[in-house]
Amino acid sequence: MSTLTPSAEASAAPAERSFARQGLRLGIMTMIGRAYPRLVAANREPDWIFYEVALPLLQICAFALVYKALGAPKYIGIVILGGGMMAFWINVLWSMAAQLHWERQSGNLELYLMAPASMLWILAGMAIGGMLATAVRAAAVLILGSLIFGVTYHVVSYPLVILAFLFSLVALYGLGSMLASLYLLYNREVWAIQEVIQEPVALLTGSYVPVRALGPIVAGFAALIPLTLGLDAVRQLVFPHLFATLLSPGWEVAILGVLVIVFCGGAAWSLRYIEYRAKVLGRLSLKWQ
Amino acid sequence: MSHPAERDVPAIQTVNVRRVYHARGGRSIGGAKAGKTVVALDGVSLNIARGEIFGLLGRNGAGKTTLIKILTTLLAPTSGQAYIDGMDVTREVTKVRQRIAMVSGGEQSGYGILTVREQLWMFAQFYGVPSKIAHQRIDELLSAVGLGDQANQKVYALSTGMRQRMNLCRALVSDPEILFLDEPTVGLDVEASRSVRDYVRQWMRQDPRRTVLLTTHYMFEADELCDHVAVINHGHIVAEGTTDDLKRGLQEHARFQLEMAEWLPAFTEMLRNRDGVVEAQAEQRNDRTQLRLALLREEFIVPTIASINEAGGRVLALRRIEPTLEEAFVRLVGDEAESQREAEGAEVNG
Ligand SMILES: Nc1ncnc2c1ncn2[C@@H]1O[C@H](COP(=O)(O)OP(=O)(O)OP(=O)(O)O)[C@@H](O)[C@H]1O
Ligand SMILES: [Mg+2]
Repeated sequence: MSTLTPSAEASAAPAERSFARQGLRLGIMTMIGRAYPRLVAANREPDWIFYEVALPLLQICAFALVYKALGAPKYIGIVILGGGMMAFWINVLWSMAAQLHWERQSGNLELYLMAPASMLWILAGMAIGGMLATAVRAAAVLILGSLIFGVTYHVVSYPLVILAFLFSLVALYGLGSMLASLYLLYNREVWAIQEVIQEPVALLTGSYVPVRALGPIVAGFAALIPLTLGLDAVRQLVFPHLFATLLSPGWEVAILGVLVIVFCGGAAWSLRYIEYRAKVLGRLSLKWQ
Repeated sequence: MSHPAERDVPAIQTVNVRRVYHARGGRSIGGAKAGKTVVALDGVSLNIARGEIFGLLGRNGAGKTTLIKILTTLLAPTSGQAYIDGMDVTREVTKVRQRIAMVSGGEQSGYGILTVREQLWMFAQFYGVPSKIAHQRIDELLSAVGLGDQANQKVYALSTGMRQRMNLCRALVSDPEILFLDEPTVGLDVEASRSVRDYVRQWMRQDPRRTVLLTTHYMFEADELCDHVAVINHGHIVAEGTTDDLKRGLQEHARFQLEMAEWLPAFTEMLRNRDGVVEAQAEQRNDRTQLRLALLREEFIVPTIASINEAGGRVLALRRIEPTLEEAFVRLVGDEAESQREAEGAEVNG
């Protein structure tokens, strides 16, 4: 609906500009509103400590022990990093991709579409809330894992690490938002898709093994999932000279930038398609009751 | 940002709205079910004035929810126009959305882990209501619907009745001008539905610019709440007016019920032969007789009673029988069984 580009805003008449400002204000409020339940309520039930910190740590320990037994303890660091990033992927799958499907069942979807701000702001709120809530868990896994196994990091370039991390997060949640709309088209298959995607991705993206080990073709496909390049770049930048990588970190960050645009654009496009399908064609039910 | 003079423009207006669904018969392989076309609304034109509680009555599948979806910008009309405060619902979407809200029956919206207050605050955010004002409104609304003590309770712990009252607050926290209620009291017990109705009335009294469009299957609810109603059947508006208009429009004859003493069976025959008496039926009840009369016009009651007295009967009580909205409704849309037969017939023919 109302998209705000800087140039359009600059050339707009004062009245229009204030309208745009109002739109922006409303959008941001909508985003904060939707992020809120994720931030506050996610920590209301303390069992997350078990499911989202203790369990991933156990999984990491298992891989770490295997690497130790194989005489390659230097890989333990990449497993821990991978475990931290995996938290985001799981969050994207269950709390982004499947989210509009749940929102439809509760009747929220209808109310979100009816609200004055574009639903992209709702998606943004879901993403930011999810990212921040997961960051706490990911950090816990990372810190505890590093302490347990005595992993040390040598950061080559802070700006690049931060950029790689942020780009892969934004691209990842962009992908999640895109899937969220598309999942609405495949109601019943949602669970099946989730189950099918989750585990192979853990392997494909090289969460627990170096991607390069998968061979160039598989690695190429895996690179489409933002987690892969993000992880690879971050690893190169904190464990320099450790192992063979896909590309140089600079290139990986550049490609991640492209993925950000592709997935966020895709999210906007698929949301518009969903709205068209529901509103004009009447072929998408907004509510299941 | 002026918009059309609020005094003259109807709060809700539809002009010849038509909505067709092309339902695909599932994803059947081989395309055996080619696709069915449902005309949910067929030329609906309505004008709803500001300040009114307007009832939309119709059987299941009549098109009520479809019309509400169009008015709430969730669905586009296939043809025709719809306006909220004079603004086109398909073109001035954002402005329309700013001033409307909707509550449906059995709604499970929001997030169970939030408290009632947090939940309402979240929805206020979506409408750009500053937090301070939002919390003020939340306090007012919750205490008005009797949920003051539940403000900090988790949403999942609310009973169905409490939940629906919270949903009402959810809709009103953005201070809408036009409220859509789609079967808002379905599934609520007597007291809970009464408190919803009471609050809707109270909310309407607070500001003359407010308007409600309500759908319901409970005729007494429409009768109790609505200034005007429209009856919709198979996507057509078949009647419109005040509830009294609808009842009266239906009544061909003036009906009375009389309690009699000193009754003789011969009286019935005598009454039936009188001018202006369409029907007379007597029924013995203990030591009394209950007489039901249908008269051509109301005025005939006076000479009729006089003639009973002359013959030696004695009238103990007299009551005019008003038709109920339910009777009016059934007359207008036919009864369920009849429409079932119609539908089956149509299927055989089609
Ligand atoms: N998305 C859709 N696709 C196909 N047909 C639909 C769709 N939505 C509604 N219909 C059909 O349109 C007609 C009107 O439905 P609608 O939901 O508006 O009725 P209603 O008056 O609200 O009924 P109820 O009292 O049961 O809520 C029905 O025949 C219904 O089956
Ligand atoms: Mg309905």
